[in-house]
Amino acid sequence: MATINRSAQQQIVTVVGNKRVGAYHQILLHVGEIVKNCRPGNFVAISVGGESSKMVLRRAFAISRVSDSSQYGGTMELIVAPHGSGSKWLCAQPEGTEIDIVAPLGTAFGIPTESVNALLIGGGYGSAPLFGLADVLKSRGCKVDMLLGASIGSKIYAPLEGKRSVNSLKIYTEDGSMGETGRVTESLLEIIENREIDIIYSCGPMGMLAAITELVSDLDVIHQCAVEESMACGIGICMTCVLPVSNEDGSTSMLRSCIDGPVMEGEKVRWDLVGKIPEAHQ
Amino acid sequence: MTLPVDLSTTLGNAWFPTPIFTASGCASSGRELAQFFPLNDIGAVVTKSVMNKPRHGRPTPRMAETPSGMLNSIGLQGPGIDAFLAKDVPWLLEQKARVIVSIAGETVEEYSTLARKLRSVSGISAVEVNISCPNVENRGMVFACDPDASRRVIDGVRKTIGGDLPIIAKLSPDVTDLPAIARGVVEAGADALALINTVLGMVINIDSMRPHLGGKTGGLSGPAIRPVAVRAIYQVHAALPKVPILGMGGVSSGRDALELILAGASGVSVGTASFGNPTALIKIQNELRDLLAARGFTTMQQAVGFAHRDV
Repeated sequence: MATINRSAQQQIVTVVGNKRVGAYHQILLHVGEIVKNCRPGNFVAISVGGESSKMVLRRAFAISRVSDSSQYGGTMELIVAPHGSGSKWLCAQPEGTEIDIVAPLGTAFGIPTESVNALLIGGGYGSAPLFGLADVLKSRGCKVDMLLGASIGSKIYAPLEGKRSVNSLKIYTEDGSMGETGRVTESLLEIIENREIDIIYSCGPMGMLAAITELVSDLDVIHQCAVEESMACGIGICMTCVLPVSNEDGSTSMLRSCIDGPVMEGEKVRWDLVGKIPEAHQ
Repeated sequence: MTLPVDLSTTLGNAWFPTPIFTASGCASSGRELAQFFPLNDIGAVVTKSVMNKPRHGRPTPRMAETPSGMLNSIGLQGPGIDAFLAKDVPWLLEQKARVIVSIAGETVEEYSTLARKLRSVSGISAVEVNISCPNVENRGMVFACDPDASRRVIDGVRKTIGGDLPIIAKLSPDVTDLPAIARGVVEAGADALALINTVLGMVINIDSMRPHLGGKTGGLSGPAIRPVAVRAIYQVHAALPKVPILGMGGVSSGRDALELILAGASGVSVGTASFGNPTALIKIQNELRDLLAARGFTTMQQAVGFAHRDV
């Protein structure tokens, strides 16, 4: 019936796992049938704080991966940085807690119809949804290389089991505590050329996404990025998470990153106008 | 065993099966919520205030969560009235939703232009004239802070739109004498009042040590402002007991909706609660029905303004 949020369901689900992984928490939710509609790039909006909380807004988290086993049913994994009051609350929930979720929400990464060379670039916990994406790409015959970056080693999220779908994994940290010293953009152009990359998928801080877009702007490479903007609702009704995005006719629209994103074409986002207002409508 | 409660209500000559509406600006144009419940299960969809031309709104960040509330600084982003009437209204009517179109303008003339474009649209239940959006570049544009400007806007809309379509004037609580503003717009032709718009607020980021919102100031909504709404509705209902009020401000439960009704609201809009819970309207409506029944009311209308009655 509805064309917006058409796969989304609101459901009370149970926390079935919560463990620390480096600087993050790996939260596992038993969500049942919802997993059938989840695609890499989609996100979940979670009600935080319980009944007497002063927090009135949902929190949006990228869905790291979903699995559907005959033994446990459908489960959804999130990688959460306990940073603000909402994420700290979620990371403090023990197994057995019931939480209110709305999922899946937002756009998903586009999956190529033929086997291509894909480069996945993650910043911080932004790497989480890329491993699920890598599985899907590999199953379509794509060659998948991955670059991960963070300020320090404990903020690199790279689970062992996640690496099986990845041809190569290169890690960068700004302080040199893990992998190479520097940022993921360091030798990006070389890597694209040497590995004959056709498509880049990125997820991480907005500065990283903008930098990748600029670096590849003259190349014949597709760049899909999952943006991160603060949201109040996650379902398209509050209009707070907008980003300036170019239209076909050259004009710019303020699009909601929850409905028209989080996955967007990097070259369409007007990174120079983020936090500003586009030229007036004619 | 309790009897079923008749939840129906009226605003001017418009009838609604339940008093629970969306709040303008908190439901976009309805499509987003339709996945979560049928839009004709609630009283009405009040659409996001639309202006004559398409508008980008204010820069991000547009939102700051605050204790039991949030600040927003959207600035009336929207498609413009022509695109809105061509795409959104027909879709809502197809869903059998009752539609209240909210309009906003920068000048008295823009409101009249919007009213002229609405006049020929069939199927809508009422027009909400939003003269109190706090998120505009110039606070002087907040007509609802100026009794004379408020009157002129409503007068222009009334004269343009003719006599049939109910006009709901949406007012700001950020004024010294709210009943005086309310009386003015009613004399100018408003059939009902929407109380309250958000309360002007600000958050400063202590890391950047600058205002957090792109637009610097924003409108405060959520449970934090509910007592302000209850006060505003109570005051205006006491001054103008015959004028129906569409109450809103921090309603997130049936208990909250009942509180606004007891203060004098004939209808209750739900805004920020939908951000936290897409099915909040249905939950509130069901809870309200139970609370009315438990207090022995057989119709919702019996409870309107009950708090004003002598014991």
